[in-house]
Amino acid sequence: MPKPESLHFFIDPNRCIGCQACVHACTECETHRGDSMIHLEYVNRAESVQTVPVVCMHCHQPTCAEVCPADAIKRTGDGVVQSARKPRCIACGNCVLACPFGVPEVYEDRQIMMKCDMCYDRSSVGKKPMCTTVCPSQALFFGTLEQIEALRPMSVPVNRFQFGRQRVSTEVFMMMPKARTARDPYVDVTAAMNDQPRARAIPLRPIPSGSPAGDPDPFAGIEV
Amino acid sequence: MATLPVDELRIIDRFGPHTSAMAGVRLSTSTEPDRLVKTHCCFCGQQCGVQLKVRNNEVIGFEPWEEFPFNRGMLCPKGVKRYLQGAHQDRLTAALGRDASSPSGFSPLPYEEAIARTAAAIARVQETHGPSAVGVLSGASLTTEKTYLLGKFARVCLRTPFIDYNGRLCMVSAGAANKKAFGIDRTTNPWSDMVGTDVIWVAGSNVAECSPITTNYIWQAREQGAKVIVQDPRITPVARTCDLYLPVKPGRDAALFAGVLQQMIERGWIDRDFIDTHTVGFDDVAAYCRQWTLARTADVAGVPARSIEQAAEWWGTAKTSFLFHARGIEHHSTGVENALGTINLVLATGRIGKAKSGYGTITGQANGQGGREHGQKCDQLPGWRDISNPEHRRYMAGVWGVDEKDIPGPGVDAFELFRKIDRGEIKALVSICFNPKVSLPDNLFVTRALEKLEFYAAIDFFLNESARHADIVLPGSLQEEDEGTVTQVEGRVIRINKAVDSPGDARQDWRIVQDLARALGRPHGFTFGSPREIFEELRVASKGGVADYSGITYEKIEQQMGVFWPCYSEDPETGRPVEHDGTPRLFEPGSYNPVAKGKGPFYFPDGRARFNVATYRPPVDDASDDYPLFLTTGRVVSHFLSGTQTRRIGPLEHQYPEPRIELHPRLASKLGIGDGDWATAETRRGGITLRAMVVTTIRPDTIFIPYHWPGEKSANRLTVAAQDPISKIPQYKVCGCRLRKADGPPAYAAILEPQQ
Repeated sequence: MPKPESLHFFIDPNRCIGCQACVHACTECETHRGDSMIHLEYVNRAESVQTVPVVCMHCHQPTCAEVCPADAIKRTGDGVVQSARKPRCIACGNCVLACPFGVPEVYEDRQIMMKCDMCYDRSSVGKKPMCTTVCPSQALFFGTLEQIEALRPMSVPVNRFQFGRQRVSTEVFMMMPKARTARDPYVDVTAAMNDQPRARAIPLRPIPSGSPAGDPDPFAGIEV
Repeated sequence: MATLPVDELRIIDRFGPHTSAMAGVRLSTSTEPDRLVKTHCCFCGQQCGVQLKVRNNEVIGFEPWEEFPFNRGMLCPKGVKRYLQGAHQDRLTAALGRDASSPSGFSPLPYEEAIARTAAAIARVQETHGPSAVGVLSGASLTTEKTYLLGKFARVCLRTPFIDYNGRLCMVSAGAANKKAFGIDRTTNPWSDMVGTDVIWVAGSNVAECSPITTNYIWQAREQGAKVIVQDPRITPVARTCDLYLPVKPGRDAALFAGVLQQMIERGWIDRDFIDTHTVGFDDVAAYCRQWTLARTADVAGVPARSIEQAAEWWGTAKTSFLFHARGIEHHSTGVENALGTINLVLATGRIGKAKSGYGTITGQANGQGGREHGQKCDQLPGWRDISNPEHRRYMAGVWGVDEKDIPGPGVDAFELFRKIDRGEIKALVSICFNPKVSLPDNLFVTRALEKLEFYAAIDFFLNESARHADIVLPGSLQEEDEGTVTQVEGRVIRINKAVDSPGDARQDWRIVQDLARALGRPHGFTFGSPREIFEELRVASKGGVADYSGITYEKIEQQMGVFWPCYSEDPETGRPVEHDGTPRLFEPGSYNPVAKGKGPFYFPDGRARFNVATYRPPVDDASDDYPLFLTTGRVVSHFLSGTQTRRIGPLEHQYPEPRIELHPRLASKLGIGDGDWATAETRRGGITLRAMVVTTIRPDTIFIPYHWPGEKSANRLTVAAQDPISKIPQYKVCGCRLRKADGPPAYAAILEPQQ
């Protein structure tokens, strides 16, 4: 049974508290033998508690699969890019180098690439991926576009990204803030003590219109 | 003499803490469990619902429980990995007797002999020095049934007034303030009420790390338009995206609340009608606040004037609001005043007892709420009754079948109990679910007091740092080895279900307590056959008290996914039997309660809430020339309390293996300390050397150290045993401190594993 078409994975870094519940939950799955397939990093702990969780973005045209010399990476019809298939993977690491999101990893001891498969054992039987179920701040969310739009009116789901000249569209959405919140944030306690807030938002630029495939532009009308 | 029987390293070698790993059947989700047991996490006061996977009497993993309404499947890392505490190499499976000739300092004892020896030692001490020479320390992570039984055990079997619990380090400032202001001690609304409110004020709570699930409620409210105000000396994850951050100087919370209220009064942002109709005492509070001008408040609290004005405007002009506080404002020698300061802000706006408006304290321990209601506190009888109230004493004497005169009077708080041990007034101690050598302030003193005990019996499932001093260790039960009820942060009474049997000679704690009562020759009232039987007596015991559980049954809890107390078996208005669903929301207009008897929604005879003057006093042992910095302490997300469990769970330990000193780069550069360097923090009590963590997310005049570790890594070697005069909560959140770069790594670094 495939993952239902209406259900999507959303990453909302604005909500991440860095608790690692997702990482720990991921290690519970035997398909990757106790290793977590989630990358959770501080952006810069010296200056902020901001953390970012990254799962596989499940590209519509997966670069990892395109560069795989052994054809070991398959994208199933429901949009899930599967982990490398054991008999084929030669652990060459092409996918690791090529993935624009830095997701796949080669496990030298097992001689295989492993990455997030959106908990295919769960999502293909109607359950949510484990990380999205447990995430206590719902920075990782699994549901319909209608649900996320109702729950997160301050952000917009984005699934097209540009890396240099490469344009990538993905099954997984990132939530991008629509506009700055009421007050500028404090990036440093001393700024708050002196009441000198300063913007710390990383400027996000929408991809220019005229994009391929004729999708409606997800950035239309978004102030960033 | 309860000194350590052998070198501590030899005790650690045998009893840990060692860390567990996912191994064997616990690695693979393809191992099908025999069954799934719906229960709750054993850790914090959120009490998230979870299903434990059980196979062959072992908990092998978890499955989210998405139907439970509070957390809907969400869990923090502690909830995900909690199952790794079972089948652990450090687990106590036999009773132990202190034995200096054994390499580990302890030898296994037959269970019955351990009970007999414990009873004989207690009897000997009581015959020589009187019943009050024995003390009992219990805990707020126990089920309500156990806390009830322990209170009864101390008063009825041991006949000592000296029982207290580790909620003394957690919930008592909030409890005392709630009692003074509302006459009842519970969060006012279910968390689901939060979404749709205008303003949320989080005062002194690192929500994302200490109560992670609550983050989703707060942020969901923010998505729907709520402004979030966070008051904290550190930018914690929930402060990162708040709309207004108040970087309060440690120990200055009451000043901040008074200053904000003064702004609200000056601008007319208060609800005069509500104040006149439903409260008393406002004029005294207003008179006190007059001295808290904007300039003075800014100066004392360390918060800019503009931010104080902004907080007053947002809070004052909101239509609906929630205010939460936690240990950040409660762990002070002015903890009650601080909590009252927040309540004054709530009452002045009249925003309480409504669907989208509430107030609450975020409970810390698993049963932080239920554990403070049914008689393990030194001054309390079940149902939130008062041990000094003759009518309450008569009622409980009737329930227990004893003479009212035989029930001891009030005892002392947990720290004072150690002062009594130090003075030789208490000679013997029975402890359960409490690790004072790590968790109490000034714990070098606590250690010296433990060493003076003539006899110490500890009931626990792992040999925690305090139990290493014990003469007898009785092997108790993990949370998943027993059933019972706890009351979580919202005031919802929920069921803990048994998943596995205790291993070896280990057994359920309530059985151990009853075995002691029998061995002491006073079995009367200690012949329960199950937690359910204890709960049935608790229902009667709590009936008519403010914390009335009489209408709650195990079945009702399951049917309703929890029952909010008070829940009556008889309608308090008519006295007729009633099927009551419980009270999700307190103080609703027109609501009836047995204290006010219809005069108003609050639990006082006139039905009105109380304003209390919340006076600012500087902290005890404040920053000074010799100790120029503020030390503040708290938790990290992967650990819980004194770490007895989480320092034994490998993945949680690896997430945050050892305590670090958080400091601001300005302070670091002044002191020549780099990120990752060893640094020594010293206070008037002692010093510890830890690695530094240089971050801009903390005030430059403040350092932070998490407190989950023992010995030379223990933040509580540094903290001061100053206590709030009313609640007796210790002042963990501030004391004067100094910091310097260490000469080199501390000796322990080469000897101990991170978790030890």
